[in-house]
Amino acid sequence: MTEKGTYIFNKKRECMDRKELEKLQLRRLKNVVNYVYDTVPYYQQQFDQYGVSPDDIKSLEDIRLLPFTTKDDLRKTYPWGMQAAHKDDIVEVHSTSGTTGIPTVVGYTQKDIEIWGEVVARGLAMAGVHKHDTVQNSYGYGLFTGGMGAHYGGQKIGAVVVPTSSGNTNRQLSFMKDFPTDFLTCTPSYGLYLAESLQKQGIDASEIPLRAGVFGAEMWTEEIRHKLENKLGISAHNIYGLTEAIGPGVATECMEQTGMHIQEDHFYPELIDPNTLEPVDPGEKGELVITTLTKTGMPLIRFRTKDLTTLTYEKCACGRTTVRMGRIFGRSDDMLKVKGVIVFPSQVEEVLMKMEELAPAYMIEVSRPDILDIIEVQVEPDPSFLTGTLRDIEELRSVIVKKLKEALGITVKVTIAEPFTIPRSEGKATRVIDHRDFS
Amino acid sequence: MAVKQLSVFLENKQGRLWKALSTLKNEKIDIRAMSIADTSEFGILRMIVSDPKTAKEALEKEQFAVSLTDVLAIEVEDQPGGLEIGLDLLNNNNINVEYIYAFVEKKSEKALVVLMTENNDKSLELLESEGFSILNEDVYSI
Repeated sequence: MTEKGTYIFNKKRECMDRKELEKLQLRRLKNVVNYVYDTVPYYQQQFDQYGVSPDDIKSLEDIRLLPFTTKDDLRKTYPWGMQAAHKDDIVEVHSTSGTTGIPTVVGYTQKDIEIWGEVVARGLAMAGVHKHDTVQNSYGYGLFTGGMGAHYGGQKIGAVVVPTSSGNTNRQLSFMKDFPTDFLTCTPSYGLYLAESLQKQGIDASEIPLRAGVFGAEMWTEEIRHKLENKLGISAHNIYGLTEAIGPGVATECMEQTGMHIQEDHFYPELIDPNTLEPVDPGEKGELVITTLTKTGMPLIRFRTKDLTTLTYEKCACGRTTVRMGRIFGRSDDMLKVKGVIVFPSQVEEVLMKMEELAPAYMIEVSRPDILDIIEVQVEPDPSFLTGTLRDIEELRSVIVKKLKEALGITVKVTIAEPFTIPRSEGKATRVIDHRDFS
Repeated sequence: MAVKQLSVFLENKQGRLWKALSTLKNEKIDIRAMSIADTSEFGILRMIVSDPKTAKEALEKEQFAVSLTDVLAIEVEDQPGGLEIGLDLLNNNNINVEYIYAFVEKKSEKALVVLMTENNDKSLELLESEGFSILNEDVYSI
């Protein structure tokens, strides 16, 4: 009989006794700190400047003695200054898109690739991927880590990986139906785009045997999860990662869907207050800081991800003992300040995605024509909702304005756009444009 | 008997109206009557066309938001007060007119009026009893 349920890929590691896990983490932490001190001049210089030596690490808490690593450090050392492994041992390179400045390039050793496959495999198993399954991998392949990461994970399990990459939507849909594929991996926005395209072609979700999807690489909300689950007839799992650390697979959500299990034997998480840089109280929101414990190509010590989340160490009903991180609800650097009020794009998304009258696409634009900020949100009505009177549209608009005002505390200009005119993304969605010039 | 009006949601952007009409031209669809309701940002193009179903499908294929709406089409005398009689009747019966537009029939002395009221069934009954001739599907092929 072929198994279909979810399972634990590596019980030994994912269900470790907390004390044992901490012992393993400490051993690995000491290793990696010594390793970067010896191999990366930049780290050595930073540690020396801080007056800290690898020998000072005697407990896990001692990690706080070490300086943080930021995106800025990675930029300063572009391209190869943070690599620890010798070039002979690097077998693959990935890079961030560089939309916020100089890209970060990351070299992977063969061992890193294996770790990557392992952690993504654990995540795919949480969604129920078995070796007899077919995984349609619609993450973009290339420098972006999504494609290769999901690919290695699927292969590690022994599943059939279909490397469709993103784009060519009609072919994607026919593969789903004809092969058929059991699992989908892609960004949530591309998942929604595929779901919309199915609907447009009049294909019912029940004709698609897809069982689950693992979605990541951009921020999304519970509302988008419901849309993905309903429109595709699947369970939708959140996966977290970042190129600097390894790519997707740092953490993934199990069937309980109550947070993403961080693969703690490979990544050590801390949560800090982005202003004071001190650890937050248990249960509080904070910025995630990641230390890679096992990577050898480009290990990272206390890397500030800028991603805001929560951590819970309570044991999960699924049996795993690893810490769970909540959904990313914002980034400490993409938080918008409009008319002096802090606005997270995810707050806007939450409101819009709850409304059935709207298609799952939106765009936020902030501008300052004179001295006052204007925040404009463009939405698309679902075509089936339009009845041919202006009043319907005006009413819809005022409902959105009211709901956004309730959620954000400020008045937002709402523009109703024609269906399918707001760009759908095939990779990471750009949903915020800030036209203000702060220089 | 109601007729089908095609309602197209258009953003107030250059070329959108042209694109909608050009889509209809390519399908060889004739427009019998049209009107546009607009605000500063968007408008709704309302049309009575020769083949509403095909027109809807063609526009949808071009990703327009289209709906078919039931409206009334009546013939009125093409002379002063021709329409007023009908509106007076609706007014006396407390029926609000949502929108209205007219077109002139080429081969007769009558004018055609397309009406959307808050109660189309009741309006139809009233207008018919007053002697207005109500157009059905043949309005598509006028």
